[in-house]
Amino acid sequence: MSSQNIINPSTSKPTGLKAGYNPSLGPIQLPSSYQSQIASKSRNIYDHSVFRRTPEVNLSSLSFLFSAMIEQTQQTSKGVQQLEAKLNSYGYGVGNKFLELITLREGKSAKRETRIVEVLQFIHSQVWKTLFGRPADGLEKSQDSEDEYMIIDNLPLMSQFISVPKDFNQLNVNAFTAGIIEGILDSAYFQANVSAHTMAADGYPLRTVFLIKFDHGVLEREAIRFSR
Amino acid sequence: MGYSIGIRLIEDFLAKTGTGRCVSFKETAEVISKIGFKIFLNIIPTITNWTSDGKTFSLIIEENPLAEFVELPDDGKSNKELWYSNVLVGVLKGALEMVQLDVDVFFVSDVLRGDATTELRLKLNKILKDEIPAGED
Repeated sequence: MSSQNIINPSTSKPTGLKAGYNPSLGPIQLPSSYQSQIASKSRNIYDHSVFRRTPEVNLSSLSFLFSAMIEQTQQTSKGVQQLEAKLNSYGYGVGNKFLELITLREGKSAKRETRIVEVLQFIHSQVWKTLFGRPADGLEKSQDSEDEYMIIDNLPLMSQFISVPKDFNQLNVNAFTAGIIEGILDSAYFQANVSAHTMAADGYPLRTVFLIKFDHGVLEREAIRFSR
Repeated sequence: MGYSIGIRLIEDFLAKTGTGRCVSFKETAEVISKIGFKIFLNIIPTITNWTSDGKTFSLIIEENPLAEFVELPDDGKSNKELWYSNVLVGVLKGALEMVQLDVDVFFVSDVLRGDATTELRLKLNKILKDEIPAGED
């Protein structure tokens, strides 16, 4: 490699090798030992088909894992708000990837949603079906403010077996699901804040409302694009 | 994490299956693999590598739902130090302890680390005595 002939900017130090193209050095080839290390991995995740569905896992396994996750998070957070924020951020990562996966799996019929209502309907039906096996129970628009929408689930799968103690009155563990929605909306370029609220109704004590509050810019864009 | 899951999971397991007490550790192994793993993770690990004293065996997990689409980062550390599915270890330990079996559970190999198989090893230390919880005479 002819790196000695190239004058590096004084701030940059030659760093360790990274695969790819470095503008000051040109294409960088990794040492052959590294290549063989990758090739020798007995199974590569890129060989798996994304269309393959994993065999379904028992709901109680999921619930156990989720409850352990909450327990762990609770120990490391100070109070309900931080706990919810953390759960939300866990879900966010899932949502980011999930949009990509669901679009890949749909193949040619996949469509990029550009309107607020359409992307919400997509979450309400498709996403909910893939995640929880059924569409959500309701999609509503807030009467008070322009930028708020609500997705309603009468019996949220994740918190089915969780009862919240009295001194955690405001906690709704569906903050995790809210995070998933937020992740999906963000990677679909609909910046929003999503929060989960328990609003019990007759016969559905766990009924949860996911409050979606879009950024101002999203509404503005929508108005410019579709106001004719 | 796994341990506290295991402690609670065993109740669910017993309630669902109604299996009775196992006569031997061999039978326990069968139940763990064919019923336990089947119910909770929908897989049936293979039981092998029994030691001659019948106290240690291995579970070979062919398809690990926890590790689906997982790849460990290539930082040279994680595939030496991290047992990605170590939560299973805790679950087994916790669950078996609740049925009076003191076992050591540990991973021997993991496909995520580039090994050929994912192998969990269970070693029976001793059978705990049935004890009545304090305050419940």
